[in-house]
Amino acid sequence: MDVYLPIANLSVNGLVIVALGALTGILSGMFGVGGGFLTTPLMIFYGIPPTVAAASAASQVTGASVSGVFAHTRSGGVDYQMGSVMVAGGIFGTGIGALLFNLLERLGQIDTVINILYVLLLGSIGGLMAKESIQTILAERSGVPLAARKRRHHPMVASLPMRWRFYRSGLYISPLAPLLLGVATGILTMLMGIGGGFILVPAMLYILGMSANVVVGTSLFQILFVTMATTMMHALTTRAVDIVLASLLLLGSVTGAQLGAQFAQKASPVRLRLVLAVIVLLVAGRMALGLGYRPGDIYTAAPL
Amino acid sequence: MRALLALVALVMLSAARDPILVPEVSQHEVDLQQGFTGTELLLFGAILTPEGSRAAQDYDIVVVLKGPTQSIVLREKEKVAGIWINAASTEFRSAPSYYAIASTRPISEIVDDKTAAIYELGLQWLQLSPIGAINPDEQARFSAGLVELNRKNGLYRQEEGGVQVSEQVLYQARIDLPSSVPIGTYTAETFAISDGRVVASASSRVEVRKLGFERAVANFAEGYGFAYGLLAVFVSVGMGWLAGRLFALI
Repeated sequence: MDVYLPIANLSVNGLVIVALGALTGILSGMFGVGGGFLTTPLMIFYGIPPTVAAASAASQVTGASVSGVFAHTRSGGVDYQMGSVMVAGGIFGTGIGALLFNLLERLGQIDTVINILYVLLLGSIGGLMAKESIQTILAERSGVPLAARKRRHHPMVASLPMRWRFYRSGLYISPLAPLLLGVATGILTMLMGIGGGFILVPAMLYILGMSANVVVGTSLFQILFVTMATTMMHALTTRAVDIVLASLLLLGSVTGAQLGAQFAQKASPVRLRLVLAVIVLLVAGRMALGLGYRPGDIYTAAPL
Repeated sequence: MRALLALVALVMLSAARDPILVPEVSQHEVDLQQGFTGTELLLFGAILTPEGSRAAQDYDIVVVLKGPTQSIVLREKEKVAGIWINAASTEFRSAPSYYAIASTRPISEIVDDKTAAIYELGLQWLQLSPIGAINPDEQARFSAGLVELNRKNGLYRQEEGGVQVSEQVLYQARIDLPSSVPIGTYTAETFAISDGRVVASASSRVEVRKLGFERAVANFAEGYGFAYGLLAVFVSVGMGWLAGRLFALI
């Protein structure tokens, strides 16, 4: 099924794009991450211009997180106060991200920066997740429980001025911490076309020390609004959002997300995390190789 | 004796009388819309004497299809500290967004380098107008890099032997346009060449454009970024919500 993409200016096989969306949708339903970290590189690999890929991937993450947010809202799994602070930071972050994107594009280094960010982030987060889940699995096998974590949140968070009470998260911390976290993920969302879930969730758990039952819901809430802001920002600055491409991706990913969510209920969460860690590490490894190997095209052209 | 010379000269002159070309293109409008996966243009025509009869002489025919030129920056990757990053770059003022040339024989056998350069016959003779004071070697390296890049993407092509001439009068060449063909006004030029000299040329236009829905989307995205962004957000939220509702029913 050939589909002509009006913004990317080329024709693609629509079924491939829908399948790509479905793949990342299943991942997002299973693991609660947006799946943007897979969509963007795969689309670029398929031949879609990098800017269009990053700009259109954000709207796919929006679609995939909508049903998740509804589900978590019903079960009381969203801390709106915490979420709003992070959304505010996130929207500010997309603004900074847009400026950075523009600057890096003019310098001709946007692709390299995106690739290095992918390798660093995916590599470190994937490594952490793998380590943690393997430890848990081993502990389950041997029957010796893991030592409980001593501290709630990172000492740096406690040292920030001005404290608010976040009842649902069970925290009494400075709003600056979630705000800065929001800014950081906003920048990444704009630059990399990812939702940032795989960074947010561990950061909320281990840096902020939020209650586990509101972490996924609140991160989805933040991702939903920040990816919406990212789509708007791309529509206004890079003008690279391809609505036909996004719709195809969405078609696959919203369906996949539902399937993934049903599957996730049957599988053990620790094993799911290990699988996700392996996928994340594979993507990081592939990108690291791409940086080191001589690329197929030494030259790249961009309009002035 | 003098009269004889004059007669010979007259015969030679009339033999060298330039032919005229009557070119045509299979379609003057290429519409980019759903289902477009690239197309093939047929550039054809006739070589005639000024009186309109068959030229009855072997001419070499070269056809060139050229897209609108654009200013671009070309970057070259280099290995720095173990990773490949963009290092040197140069700018070209007039790089054609699309260029295809087809000829009856290899260009180098038809014309000399000077003529090829004047008429821009062949990928190596494109006048790209590099900017900046870089030395000729570097300039040549970058130009070759640009040609190679676009050739790989199917936007630059050179098909020597791509023109067929039948009965010394009709010529035809097929030129492929990939799905990523840029929009704009293209010129299709035909040259008749004899003894290394361009004896006739003619050109016509081909319009490559987006049509209908595709044009509306492109214009909308370009002209009304805010509303377009809202639409994209609305579509993504709507589809996510709808899928959630549908699956809740199952």
